[in-house]
Amino acid sequence: MSETVTEDEIRSHHDHLGHEVGRDVVIQIEQMNKWYGDFHVLRDVDLTVHRGERIVICGPSGSGKSTTIRCINRLEEHQQGRILVDGVELNNDVKNIEAIRREVGMVFQHFNLFPHLTVLENCVLAPIWVRKEPRKEAEERAMQLLERVKIPDQAKKYPGQLSGGQQQRVAIARSLCMQPKIMLFDEPTSALDPEMIKEVLDTMVTLAEEGMTMLCVTHEMGFAKTVADRVIFMDRGQIVEENEPHAFFNTPQNERTKLFLSQILAH
Amino acid sequence: MAVFELKEALPPPARSAGATGWIRANLLSSPLNIALTLLGAYLILTFLPPLLDWAIFSADFTGETQDACVSGGACWTFITNRLPFFTYGFYPEPERWRVNIGFLLLAAVMIPQFIEKIPGKQWIGLFGLTGLPILVAILLSGGIFGLESVPTDKWGGLMLTLVLAFVGIVGALPIGVVLALGRRSQMPIVRIVCTTFIELWRGVPLISVLFMASVMLPLFLPEGVSFDKLLRALIGITMFQSAYMAEVIRGGLQAIPRGQYEAASALGLGYWRSMGLIILPQALKLVIPGIVNTFISLFKDTTLVLIIGLFDILQTVNSSIVDPSWNNVATEGYVFAAFSFWVFCFSMSRYSQALERKLHTGHKR
Ligand SMILES: Nc1ncnc2c1ncn2[C@@H]1O[C@H](COP(=O)(O)OP(=O)(O)OP(=O)(O)O)[C@@H](O)[C@H]1O
Ligand SMILES: [Mg+2]
Repeated sequence: MSETVTEDEIRSHHDHLGHEVGRDVVIQIEQMNKWYGDFHVLRDVDLTVHRGERIVICGPSGSGKSTTIRCINRLEEHQQGRILVDGVELNNDVKNIEAIRREVGMVFQHFNLFPHLTVLENCVLAPIWVRKEPRKEAEERAMQLLERVKIPDQAKKYPGQLSGGQQQRVAIARSLCMQPKIMLFDEPTSALDPEMIKEVLDTMVTLAEEGMTMLCVTHEMGFAKTVADRVIFMDRGQIVEENEPHAFFNTPQNERTKLFLSQILAH
Repeated sequence: MAVFELKEALPPPARSAGATGWIRANLLSSPLNIALTLLGAYLILTFLPPLLDWAIFSADFTGETQDACVSGGACWTFITNRLPFFTYGFYPEPERWRVNIGFLLLAAVMIPQFIEKIPGKQWIGLFGLTGLPILVAILLSGGIFGLESVPTDKWGGLMLTLVLAFVGIVGALPIGVVLALGRRSQMPIVRIVCTTFIELWRGVPLISVLFMASVMLPLFLPEGVSFDKLLRALIGITMFQSAYMAEVIRGGLQAIPRGQYEAASALGLGYWRSMGLIILPQALKLVIPGIVNTFISLFKDTTLVLIIGLFDILQTVNSSIVDPSWNNVATEGYVFAAFSFWVFCFSMSRYSQALERKLHTGHKR
């Protein structure tokens, strides 16, 4: 973990961070288990996420953070347990998978923009082909969202012509164009320079202010402290500690967590 | 403390080197380079003048018979006299206007593809791949709309070569795409069928495919059922080339990072849409050189139809040079045939380069 942007910095720019978490459950994971061949990556993972809740997942490399959130939109298949997203059970039924993917947006570490399409085309592709929206409508909303991530002037460019931070903000806008109810972030800032991390984090904080349900795998402590409602610590495929950020960072309970946090602080 | 002002953006410097600068940098930059330049100049001066003299300055272009060829250079009279045969084969003379219309249609579809900024050029191209082959097939074979029927064994020359190449190209690309996707499919049956198909066709020489299509296939067909020899050749060539095409395209598919598939899935795009909108456009663009390579070799492989008795352009030349009324015209004939092939293959190569430039987006990685 690192603190490219400090808690105070974030708070000084965003004054609507405090909010009420809804009561209704949007993601429910029960006793999820997963193996890669013989390797038991996820062990009895239980997680309940409420509407509007922001969750930060952290933990050492290889602990199964990515795998956990990738199971939520079926980029990885879980082998045991139950996952319910907005009331729909994730199983082999293609209809369910499609329904869930329409509601869940994802932002990747390496952006994964489509290099052969312009920024605007990247954004309108899924709304047009998956949600069957008229092109004009989709483009109008895409432009609004690009404005929100502060890059409307790049709409006609190709991803290869943008900086990393701009690309990641396009990726966020692209996900938002599908009007998802839940956003998953898998280390969205780890491939970026500090200057760009700030831009991207700022976009994410704004999104949180607007009440988006978010699950973020990130090592940005400042973000976790200010934005998260809950921080989850994973180790060797298990959730070993789960707490609200203040308690998590100041009075960690588990030995592994203490070691992990002390390593960051020594950093 | 020093304070620096942000500088204004300036236009890039003009190209500093003139003609002498270019010569010095590219031809005379080092002793080895000077030696190579001299060697090149020597070779050009030795071989080019006699070649030009033979092909142009002392060549004959006019006349009706061998007797017109007296100046000792190339006897292009032979080519100009036989040009109709090289172009149409045995297609009946009064019906050749139909072939000409076919050529015109082909040109009308192809030429816009080379010119930038022609509105609707992708629709013209799409028509070229779908409507055009059907239209031309009706036009050339006739039998309906009051057109006299011309059996395919009368087709020949350049026209036949173009028919074979065009159908081969238009057929092999989509079949190749399907086979390549099939070979990477999650479904074992699909994968096995596609892999077997590819390996079977790729493992035999084209000549034996054509031979089997023309000699063996009729043995298996029931008595009285015959189907057109040209059609059999077309199917053989298309299947053979689509197996190659499939492997070229599979190479492209493998080069697409997993993140692209994941991003497409995460956005809710299903298999066909991910492939059609995200993966294939990128994969095909990556392997344009390989695809065009296959097209070019397909174009030249059409000459093999001679072994099943079809008269493509090379074969019309071949049979003309043994005509006793012309002597020693083999060189002219083969140069003409080679040049005809080169023109088409080179155009394909140029087109692909233009396409690569056009589709290039952002920075190369
Ligand atoms: N496709 C795969 N096949 C086999 N093992 C895999 C595969 N993907 C991940 N793993 C293993 O599963 C474990 C968990 O991987 P995961 O990517 O979820 O870790 P992570 O917590 O996201 O780590 P990082 O912080 O490095 O991204 C790792 O030990 C990894 O080696
Ligand atoms: Mg990870």
